[in-house]
Amino acid sequence: MSLLVKNGRVIDPANTTDGVQDVLIAHGKIERVGKRLEAPAGAEVVDAARMANTSPVNDNRAVTDYILATARADGTVRVHPIGAVTRGLRGEELAELAELAEAGCVAFSDDGACVMNAGLYRRAMEYVLPFGLPVISHAEDAPLARGFTMNEGVVSTELGLPGAPAAAEDVMVARDILLAELTGAHVHIAHLSTAGAVRLVREGKSRGVRVTAEVTPHHLLLTEDAVRTFDPNTKMAPPLRTKRDTEALLEALVDGTIDCIATDHAPHALAEKEGEFDAAAFGIVGLETAVALLLDRLVRPGLLPLATLVSRLSRDPARLLGLRGGSLAPGAPADVTILDPDTEWTVDPARFRSKSRNTPFGGFTLTGGPWMTIVGGNVVQAAGQRGAAVRAAAEGEASL
Amino acid sequence: MGWTRKHLLTMRELDASEIVLLIDTAASLQEIATREIKKVPALRGKTIVNLFYEPSTRTRTSFEIAGKWLSADVINFSAGGSSTTKGESFIDTAKTIAAMSPDVVIVRHSSAGAAELLARTLPCSIVNAGDGAHEHPTQALLDLLTIREKKAHFDGLHVAIVGDVAHSRVARSDIHGMRKLGMTVTVAGPPTLIPPFVQELGVKVSYRLEDAIRDVDVIMMLRLQHERMTNGLIPSLREYSRYWGLTLEKLASHARPDVLIMHPGPVNRGIELSPEVADGPYSVILDQVTKGVAVRMGVLLLLAGSKGEAP
Repeated sequence: MSLLVKNGRVIDPANTTDGVQDVLIAHGKIERVGKRLEAPAGAEVVDAARMANTSPVNDNRAVTDYILATARADGTVRVHPIGAVTRGLRGEELAELAELAEAGCVAFSDDGACVMNAGLYRRAMEYVLPFGLPVISHAEDAPLARGFTMNEGVVSTELGLPGAPAAAEDVMVARDILLAELTGAHVHIAHLSTAGAVRLVREGKSRGVRVTAEVTPHHLLLTEDAVRTFDPNTKMAPPLRTKRDTEALLEALVDGTIDCIATDHAPHALAEKEGEFDAAAFGIVGLETAVALLLDRLVRPGLLPLATLVSRLSRDPARLLGLRGGSLAPGAPADVTILDPDTEWTVDPARFRSKSRNTPFGGFTLTGGPWMTIVGGNVVQAAGQRGAAVRAAAEGEASL
Repeated sequence: MGWTRKHLLTMRELDASEIVLLIDTAASLQEIATREIKKVPALRGKTIVNLFYEPSTRTRTSFEIAGKWLSADVINFSAGGSSTTKGESFIDTAKTIAAMSPDVVIVRHSSAGAAELLARTLPCSIVNAGDGAHEHPTQALLDLLTIREKKAHFDGLHVAIVGDVAHSRVARSDIHGMRKLGMTVTVAGPPTLIPPFVQELGVKVSYRLEDAIRDVDVIMMLRLQHERMTNGLIPSLREYSRYWGLTLEKLASHARPDVLIMHPGPVNRGIELSPEVADGPYSVILDQVTKGVAVRMGVLLLLAGSKGEAP
């Protein structure tokens, strides 16, 4: 079984490639990458998807085994489970971390909750050292953030909504960097959202602490001003911050202080996201809009080089988690995303493949997006929600 | 300038001429309260629903009287004894009520943005009667009408808003309204009860009562909720009352002799106001209540009345 992607702009940061070439895929692996002539469609290495908050909590081997078995049986993408740090995400006692690692977890996190007990978190970092896996931190000081629904600032003051100050994130990022320094562990900051946290990570890296960080598309593109509509789809943790923060996040993404982009994909049923703002659930979906949003809002205006975007979505997260992939080198897994850089489309949550529609980006008009996703040599997605019209428009630009 | 809005949601969205129109309309309706037969036919055949999700006797009664004096049919829907206790969501309840074709829904809710949510969802006019700590526009309008009657103008007046500004929808609506009409506003309280970046709303901040009340024309005292203490925002009611409670002695030493004392009610006597101040010569607290009915008549008339028709 083989597949030839012809005349694509091949962007492979892992091999410092960026040029129009063909990619030959055979037996689920990259067989060969060779030169051809011009064509606008780009090719990209696919991002490794991850499964975050499952119910039940992934705090024991049985759950990890179930996740991996289900993914093998029904899944079309690669699933890399993350194990809980503490039992039931309660922050009280360690989960069985060694067994979770053996079962195939690629990192540990209580994401959604912050492990407030620094002594326990320190022991978790030490305990996982032999496995070479990172601890992923949801940095949110619970008492400082208590009762929050949005960022604390002038908008929360005007709207009368309880806010979490940026300091609630910053103090925990500072703590976790210090604990990583103390233990020698690799700590990864999930969904980093403040200028202060950027400064702390930059400073930690400069001292050689094993700290990495990710940012979401929504924290890069939206600010607290979006909450003025009281749309529950602007409510997430951490909350949307200020323009000063989004500028610092972008700068950090470009210069590598922030290592990768993650969506913090959080699907919710409509009933959880349609009523009163303070009663609504936290979180938004992001998988189906991430690449297109960043292409249109950051790459097109020249704020983020395309090669950097590709790297932050593929090579860098793969490296950070010690995964194969994120490369188009011969022998690498044939995980490829083909980008369509030109087609204009409008985000229509009703057409998401996800059952959930909780996005603040509905109605956004974007140019470009993923056109085809190939995992292990198999085409798992073509033209996304943009459908047949886009496919027809792109015909001839990439042929199989 | 006529009235063009379908809803009354916030003071923030109104401009000065709209605020003045609302106050003028209310002022012209005040004399109804003095008639032997307190009823005009302006809203005959109109249906008004009081949808109250928070306990409120004062505001609900005020809207109810206002609607009845204008001959509207007023229905009270209070969250306690209705389908909300059966787990029906706010939005479902609101849709159910909307299906009965009311002309105006007046909503009081503990969630900021609740009135905006209804305005987005229901086909009728919405009046915000208080949403969380966000806004309470009819309270601001009645405060403004009271001030104008006592001081004859707005421009250049200085108001001190004292107490729990952080959790006060009245303070937010007052700030927007007073600033738009050219008044100077100082907010005062312990820093834990002053919201962050409040200066960006165009107000001054003071952390000392004696400074805040000096040379102002109006002192607006806010109600202190007891739960602020259990949440660690103030150490004790005793200490709060000592430093932030308004007494005759403090007024005599620091405030002007013609200052107005206002309070949105209900008053915690002995905490933010001493009984002598609440009932004293400076106090216009009961005038506020009287103006409240006139303001709510004005609002309902502008939203639901036939345009350009005097009652």
